[in-house]
Amino acid sequence: MSMDDLYQEIILDHYRKPKNRAPALQDEDVHVHHSNPLCGDEMDLRIRVADDKVDGLVFDGEGCSISQASASAMTQAVIGRDLKDALDLAEDFRRMMHGDEPARPDDLLDGIAFQGVAKFPVRVKCALLGWMAVRDAIETYQSGANAHTVTHDDDGGAA
Amino acid sequence: MTLDVQTIRKDFPVLSREVHPDTRLVYLDSAASSQTPLPVLEAMDHYYRWSRSNVHRGVYRLAEEATDLYEGGRTKLAAFVDADPRGVVFTKNATEAINLVAYSWVRRHHKPGDVLLSTLMEHHANHVPFLYAAKDLGLEVRHVPLTEDGRLDLDAARDLVADGRVKFLAMVHVSNVLGTRNDVAAMTALVRDANPEAVVLVDGTQAVPQMPVSFRDLDVDFYAVTGHKMCGPTGIGALVAKPERLEEMDPFLTGGEMIRDVSIESVTWNDVPAKFEAGTPMIAEAAGLAAAVDYLTGIGMQAVREHETALTQTFIDRLSQVEGVTVHGPRDAELRGGAISFAIDGVHPHDVGAMLDSKGVCVRVGHHCAKPLMKHLGVVATARASLYLYNDVDDLDPLVEGIVAARSFFRR
Ligand SMILES: Cc1ncc(COP(=O)(O)O)c(C=O)c1O
Repeated sequence: MSMDDLYQEIILDHYRKPKNRAPALQDEDVHVHHSNPLCGDEMDLRIRVADDKVDGLVFDGEGCSISQASASAMTQAVIGRDLKDALDLAEDFRRMMHGDEPARPDDLLDGIAFQGVAKFPVRVKCALLGWMAVRDAIETYQSGANAHTVTHDDDGGAA
Repeated sequence: MTLDVQTIRKDFPVLSREVHPDTRLVYLDSAASSQTPLPVLEAMDHYYRWSRSNVHRGVYRLAEEATDLYEGGRTKLAAFVDADPRGVVFTKNATEAINLVAYSWVRRHHKPGDVLLSTLMEHHANHVPFLYAAKDLGLEVRHVPLTEDGRLDLDAARDLVADGRVKFLAMVHVSNVLGTRNDVAAMTALVRDANPEAVVLVDGTQAVPQMPVSFRDLDVDFYAVTGHKMCGPTGIGALVAKPERLEEMDPFLTGGEMIRDVSIESVTWNDVPAKFEAGTPMIAEAAGLAAAVDYLTGIGMQAVREHETALTQTFIDRLSQVEGVTVHGPRDAELRGGAISFAIDGVHPHDVGAMLDSKGVCVRVGHHCAKPLMKHLGVVATARASLYLYNDVDDLDPLVEGIVAARSFFRR
């Protein structure tokens, strides 16, 4: 593998200087916790909704550069969108991670830089963590609940 | 005794492979699975080409050859670990061997209130089957804590057995994460002093590939082995047991091969170890494992052990000098095997693994199927380099280069 294929400069920028990374959000509506035991990634995502739009969104947690950078890029792409639109964008990102051409490349903003990650199957989960968390947060909000915890599949692995 | 590593490497074709242009493959993941030497490939190929048939009960030449290969594998493995062949049950891996004990021994011989003793450094394979049995049966499980440098805390263990309720001990011989080589004799003595009836299972998965092992001298009841970490094929492992223990036990899996007599309403079991080997066994794999045993015996397990100890010490010393690197487990190679887990300050193991991969270096990153241990270490994952007979000091440079590169690349 070439490091440059995976770790594009945009990705490293988000990793080094993450956007919307914070341990708390004022007047949060929903808090979700997602973890990926295989990598040991942990992510807390907090969302505030106003007028059916993503009004505030922060993430916090521990994880590899891909998961942290992707969550950072995700917040920028999602803040300000209608909930339904944000869900649609998350789905577009998910499909991109499974090798499809994104339908909304411009709306993904820096998220498009992660397209190359699709070539590294073990890292796809890392890139998806933030996006799956925001999808869960919105759906949790829509269901009327205010917190949710998800553990992503652990494939066990050898050793 | 020193190993001629350059010659040994010629027996492992994959080691001459380039994974990226002009990048030599540096395989440092033998604790997960070792590579396969040519004689093992040839043995399996020979069976499939020339002696392929099912084992036992065949009256023709091919079937006799297949049976000899399979039973020969048992005899060889038994000799390799100094055990009675009647106590060697082939399984698909160490995990199945341990499950066999959990089902056919623990679940059938222990009662609510009995205590199982284990340790904080177990692989999930030697943890989950007993946790599961304990939940179902209402058994208590206690865990021996670890010292600062990743050894079993024997003083704490003594307190844990003091009430005499510990009936079963499951412990790892050599840790796949910390590398620690445990003092099985000390732990067994401690447990049996408190309760002479206590039964002991040792997970020998990481020990058998790396050092001479005598099941007789260890004097434990059960010992789990896996083939794919000792130059053998995947798909074969063994439960090594005292034959009299096996005789006291009911079967694990049932079906063909493991019966003596069957009628429409009744069945009598075959003798041990056949009683525990239901269905067509892994014949090619037994032939391959026999070849692996011959291969390792030819080199000499004492020589393998000495080579690895010296190399492990060199690796640990060098890694400890790299800025920002912390090595887990004992520092003294005499106290450990060749699995070396390390942390790089501020860099996630996944990113370390990716950087090392770009330099052709294969290490494992993650929780190594030992989550309780990860929790104890206060980490979510580690990177682990593990050494074997085909590794040498020339594998150290790319590892250290990759670590230094990862640190500067990912530092925030
Ligand atoms: C210490 C230890 N025990 C048990 C196992 C399980 O071995 P297997 O997967 O071959 O059953 C492993 C390896 O994965 C191990 O390192």
